[in-house]
Amino acid sequence: MLQNVIKVLTKYGYLFADGVWITIELSLITVACSSILGSLMAILRRSRLGMVRFITSAYVEIVRGTPLLLQLYFFYFMLPQFLPFLNLSEFACVVIALVFNSIAYVAEIVRAGIDAVDRGQMEAARSLGLNGRQAMVRVILPQAVKNILPALCNEFVSVIKETSLASTFFIGDIMSQYKIINGFTFLIIEPLLIAGIIYFIITFVLSKGIAVLERRMKASD
Amino acid sequence: MTDNMIETVEITKDFGKLHVLKGINQHVARGEVVSIIGPSGSGKSTFLRCLNLLEKPTSGKILFEGEEITGKRVNIDQHRQKMGMVFQHFNIFPNLTVEQNITMAPVLLKKKTKAEAADMAKELLTRVGLLDKIGEHPARLSGGQKQRLAIVRALAMEPDVMLFDEPTSALDPEMVGEVLQVIKDLVKSGMTSVIVTHEMGFAREVSDRVLFMDEGVIAEEGSPAQIFGNPQNERTKEFLSKVLY
Repeated sequence: MLQNVIKVLTKYGYLFADGVWITIELSLITVACSSILGSLMAILRRSRLGMVRFITSAYVEIVRGTPLLLQLYFFYFMLPQFLPFLNLSEFACVVIALVFNSIAYVAEIVRAGIDAVDRGQMEAARSLGLNGRQAMVRVILPQAVKNILPALCNEFVSVIKETSLASTFFIGDIMSQYKIINGFTFLIIEPLLIAGIIYFIITFVLSKGIAVLERRMKASD
Repeated sequence: MTDNMIETVEITKDFGKLHVLKGINQHVARGEVVSIIGPSGSGKSTFLRCLNLLEKPTSGKILFEGEEITGKRVNIDQHRQKMGMVFQHFNIFPNLTVEQNITMAPVLLKKKTKAEAADMAKELLTRVGLLDKIGEHPARLSGGQKQRLAIVRALAMEPDVMLFDEPTSALDPEMVGEVLQVIKDLVKSGMTSVIVTHEMGFAREVSDRVLFMDEGVIAEEGSPAQIFGNPQNERTKEFLSKVLY
């Protein structure tokens, strides 16, 4: 078996290398987009307008209550059919689906991060005469960021693993490469082992990095 | 028009089915120091928090410097700039340094330039003996130091009235004195103040008038000598006999 692993690595290592790149690219784009849009969503969930609150809450609940794989299928087939003029690539459809999904989770992370700031902070800021927005920007958000940033990094780790579902559509991520190599070699376990180890190394390193970040943030309190 | 800083007309406050305030008519004159005492749950804090609308009264009117602030089109932020508030749990901003805690609001709200605010921060910190902490983060301060900082943070807005919500209740006993001393100095300088407190000796010493609250109403009010020396209301007597021993 070890011989086979080495053989696969030497012969098809470059495919895995491509896969790593695409997986990370996919995850980075997803998290970058969903961080911005998810924060916006979190703000909209606190809107004064009941309708806006309802729509955004419904969005979050629906996304969290349905499987990601289903959402991927949905966007993969729906977007080219209903918006053919956009000429979206398969990669783009998958990214849109992943972002659509991740926004809901980021919105929850941001909301929880804001809610975790002591209520007295808002009261103190308002009692000085700051308006709601000034209090949010100057007092609440800087403290919420400390709660949000580590959780956002964890979301990044989750997304890296979730992108493997995108291999359903062969978009070149690590798991897609596994399928390709499996087709070439008829080996199942060996390339799977390699893919698993690659995922693990990426997420393990990131998790450790997050732990350091978290400790730093606590220390600065 | 009398020289009332704050006037409340029949204010009530309900939290769901709970009637916390049951119609309070009060006034605080310019320069007056009013203490509010009473058992927990009597509505003291709620009443105080209504004065700067941190709690919105369910009904009734509040006038601040002659202007109704409970109306619909009132910019409460403007009025709050003139009402300093000190909280039981300090609520110091942990993301800012000691100095920034003081200068943030006056600079942001354009009451002071950065330089003016910095000068004032130094002066205020000197007054409460915290000048050596000016660059520190609040996490390194003791409870008493945090509360003294909270007081000067409010003073930096140069308010017309100060509201104290149990300012020493969350402190370790050995730190109560230093905070009370700061408040004492402040009220002696003529600052109009409303103080919710459990420190009876302090209330007796600094107040012009004492309000005894019980079950959402002002059950008795009078000079400290009257309230503490010769209370008329049965509930006042009972309360004082429990807290003064």
